[in-house]
Amino acid sequence: MEKISVDHRTIKEGNYVVLKRENVFKAVQVQIKRKVIFEKQWLHLDSVIGQLYGTSFEVAAGGTLQAPKPNPEKNPKETKEAGMDNRNIVDDGRSQKLTRDDIETLKEQGLKGQEIVQQLIENSSTFRDKTEFAQEKYIKKKKKKYDNTITVLKPSTRILALMYHGREPGKICHLRYDTLAQMLTLGNVHAGSKIIVFDTCAGLVLGAVMERMGGYGSVIQMYPGGEPVRAATDNFGFPEHFYKTLHEFPLCKVNLLLDGTLSLDKDKKETVSAVDESNGAMSKAPQDSVQKMGEEVEGEKDSAQASPEVDTMEVTSELPEDKEKEERAARRENKAPVVYILQALEKKVKQEEKRKKHLEAAALLQGRNADGLVIAGRFHPTPLVLSLLKFVAPSRPFVIYCQHKEPLIECHTKLRERGGVIGLQLSETWLRHYQVLPNRTHPMLLMSGGGGYILSGITVAMDTATSSGPQKTEEPAPKRQKLQDTES
Amino acid sequence: MSFVEYGEYIQEGDIAIVFLGRESMFPVKAQHGTQTQTKYGVIRHSSDLIGKRFGSKVNCSKGGWVYVLHPTPELWTQNLPHRTQILYSTDISMITMMLELKPGSVVCESGTGSGSLSHAIIRTIAPTGHLYTVEFHEQRAEKAAEEFREHKVAHLATVKNQDVCKEGFGVVGVADAVFLDIPSPWEAIGHAKAALKEEGGRMCSFSPCIEQVQRTCLAMDELGFKEISTLEVLLRVYDVRSVSLQLPDFGMETQVEGDPKETGTGQQATAICKSGVTPKDMAGHTGYLTFATKSLL
Repeated sequence: MEKISVDHRTIKEGNYVVLKRENVFKAVQVQIKRKVIFEKQWLHLDSVIGQLYGTSFEVAAGGTLQAPKPNPEKNPKETKEAGMDNRNIVDDGRSQKLTRDDIETLKEQGLKGQEIVQQLIENSSTFRDKTEFAQEKYIKKKKKKYDNTITVLKPSTRILALMYHGREPGKICHLRYDTLAQMLTLGNVHAGSKIIVFDTCAGLVLGAVMERMGGYGSVIQMYPGGEPVRAATDNFGFPEHFYKTLHEFPLCKVNLLLDGTLSLDKDKKETVSAVDESNGAMSKAPQDSVQKMGEEVEGEKDSAQASPEVDTMEVTSELPEDKEKEERAARRENKAPVVYILQALEKKVKQEEKRKKHLEAAALLQGRNADGLVIAGRFHPTPLVLSLLKFVAPSRPFVIYCQHKEPLIECHTKLRERGGVIGLQLSETWLRHYQVLPNRTHPMLLMSGGGGYILSGITVAMDTATSSGPQKTEEPAPKRQKLQDTES
Repeated sequence: MSFVEYGEYIQEGDIAIVFLGRESMFPVKAQHGTQTQTKYGVIRHSSDLIGKRFGSKVNCSKGGWVYVLHPTPELWTQNLPHRTQILYSTDISMITMMLELKPGSVVCESGTGSGSLSHAIIRTIAPTGHLYTVEFHEQRAEKAAEEFREHKVAHLATVKNQDVCKEGFGVVGVADAVFLDIPSPWEAIGHAKAALKEEGGRMCSFSPCIEQVQRTCLAMDELGFKEISTLEVLLRVYDVRSVSLQLPDFGMETQVEGDPKETGTGQQATAICKSGVTPKDMAGHTGYLTFATKSLL
């Protein structure tokens, strides 16, 4: 076990990492001899391999990252000389004696960021007259510009949520990190549960849920369109076994599943027989060999694509219930040359894999005993919630994120009409950062204007009888009832 | 059931949350032969609770009914017996994410207080993580340990009764994260650093007053903590209501635009819209959260 934990700490080729400079992040995969661009600089990540996560690197010429020195030099505290106020400081634009060309020359000489900043200070005629606070601010500003330290971090929800919010808020529906934090807590996301996730935030919410599950339990991702989106999920760099707990199911089949018309076993058999029919030689081959055949096809792909008749062979029966089409295709295949058969077979194998995945997810959903529902994205939440809640067990939390309040207001109303939910809460969080420095503590000048809204609640058993009790559950009771134990 | 594992049916000894309304719920321990009084009548544990599914409606003797819910750290936070001021779910959410807690994390906490945050931490780090929580008040430490046993999470937490500022967390070099909610956190930063793993980790301090934050930040900086960041998170709750606005009457000629709803009394017309209404009062401040990273060098 010790070995494994040590292993987790060092950066290896192929690992997903996050580069950090000041407060800017970028997620990348470490690959040898590959250039990445970060903050207008080309970098080579080769030298980070073998180092510990959290190590800081200095960018050297040519974009290579220099491994850390064992003893980072501490900037010597000079004898301070500072002015009291700025009554005599005049902005004549000539306080800096170094020209832009001079600075460029310094850079080309390979001077470290720290040294350039020192040069700038020495050549500033007004620096000594500035107040101590102004001097500090000046240094900080210049450091930000010339200091080239990059830290390589292990990805986490915190870092990726910060990164996406800072870089591409549009891709994650402006979901601010504090809002994401609320969702994970309100949804009681934890190891061992079975959570349904619908996420059009590039897979960030999915990744956050998976991190909290730690590879225990199961996550069912409901996705619109052809394929689930997991761009952000990949950036977490989860170990392989996490993905074994991740299932996927297309939204377009939810109604079939709910109606019970998605007859899974039957479909499965049909597919297998169709595959067998497609090739006479293989008709007796065991089911397992289908996979093997698919791999063999890979090699012959090129020659197949050169053929002009490929189009006619498109067996695009995306829907498993579309069996007529499938049968027709199978009949045609019997007459086709071997290449086409193999190509069609490859497609069939892929479809079969996809169908298998859907079957697994469907089996999990059909229990209608999920432990939670997390929805985040740009779809209208009402229809999503009304139908996906049917898969959730009673007494389980659900959370819905929306960038806008109004759809959630409607959703709230519809859920109250539907029943089967209690403790509905529409909320938003405000986040305020502070500058904390001696004698200069205040809230940050800039704060985020909005991080979206959350509707949360808890499922309960649906009313089956017409027992319209005399009480309204949402009505607050005047007094808190005390627990009375007859046992003493 | 336990606080880290969902169960389907209520069993003897389980904690269940009796839900009368958002503002009105309380925890019960299901025990055969026991009764619980509510304003809607009595709940008999043997027949009304034990064997019933969590989330069921329970009819009480006076004709009313309540729901019985599976306990979660969030429901517990709303219902626990206060022995101190507690942290609420809004701050807890931020602490959990910014400390990067997940299954397997080892966490140090002080003080334990009423155990509101402790339950949330335990939920998140289970089944392979561990919480070392330090409380200098003897009775509170004992009560917390008792609750952990009752909630079937005692294997995930160790409660120590000592002064964190003087004696630290009782563990060194093992923690992925440290949380402090004590009056003088700056006196415990050194112990926090020692408790964290050699390769680093995250820490957080919660303080209501800015003077505490300033001293804490100074201490963090002196001890080499990086990424020191102070923030505050506030919850705004919206009440969903139908709002009706009276439409002005300009006399006979006026055509009323939109979709007004005629009310019965005379010619008064009103427009109805749904709105998220903020409550009159809201929590304006709980505390400042200061986060920092113990880094490699």
